[in-house]
Amino acid sequence: MVDPGWYMGLAAVLFTIGSLGLLVRRNALVMFMCIELMLNAVNLTLISAGRALGDINGQVAVFFILVVAAAEVVVGLAIIVSIFRLRSTASVDELSELRG
Amino acid sequence: MVETLLFVVMALVAIAGAALVVLARNPVYSALGLLGTLLSVAVLYVVQLAHMVAAVQVIVYAGAVLTLFLFVIMLIGVDKDEPSRDETLPFQRWIVGGVAAVIVLFAAGLTLFGDFDWVPAASSDVLPEATNGTIEAIAEPLFTDWVLAFEATALLLTIAAAGAIALAHYRRREG
Repeated sequence: MVDPGWYMGLAAVLFTIGSLGLLVRRNALVMFMCIELMLNAVNLTLISAGRALGDINGQVAVFFILVVAAAEVVVGLAIIVSIFRLRSTASVDELSELRG
Repeated sequence: MVETLLFVVMALVAIAGAALVVLARNPVYSALGLLGTLLSVAVLYVVQLAHMVAAVQVIVYAGAVLTLFLFVIMLIGVDKDEPSRDETLPFQRWIVGGVAAVIVLFAAGLTLFGDFDWVPAASSDVLPEATNGTIEAIAEPLFTDWVLAFEATALLLTIAAAGAIALAHYRRREG
């Protein structure tokens, strides 16, 4: 049995790559994928911790995170599409004013 | 032994996919890298006996979310190279990103190699069957302890769907 610490280490690496991409990239879609990456890293952590503690509630928490992530993707992509309609770009650097 | 092998292979695939998400110039490649990461993480769920979550991961993430991503990429067109003509932050991005990466990896190293009692990983008195994530095992706490949160997610999904439709039908007011 692989020690759960290794799973958490892998999750930390994935989270790091996700946060790095979120800070570095400018394409709103790619930034969104990086957020998904970070959410997945947290899910992996929760499952590993749940197994280590012998607690099924870790998996229930992952279930809720999946639902929230799905809702977030739906709304976020709709916002990106409507921004693209106004601005014809998916680059977040172009969005420098609040006015529509 | 099998678990170790699976972990090593899937961890490498997951990290490679995550790197592809960040490094690829073309968003379609990013989406495919994300798909690789999601599937390998799903395999790691199965290894850890989280069967139900792994199935949901494949269906919801790799199925629905990735399809939605690819759909939007195709819809708004693939602008391959991000415009670099008016780069306002030439190198600050990489500095901030590097600092954040060092901090998070430091925390990860502490978790892995530090002496942390709050990670009761080594205790072998936990039976693996305790977290055998079958549908029944997930549903039992979901519909008893967390039933309120479950109802809240139903509300959340309804609001998200309605909000997405409202955004899609949004028209800029003339004048």
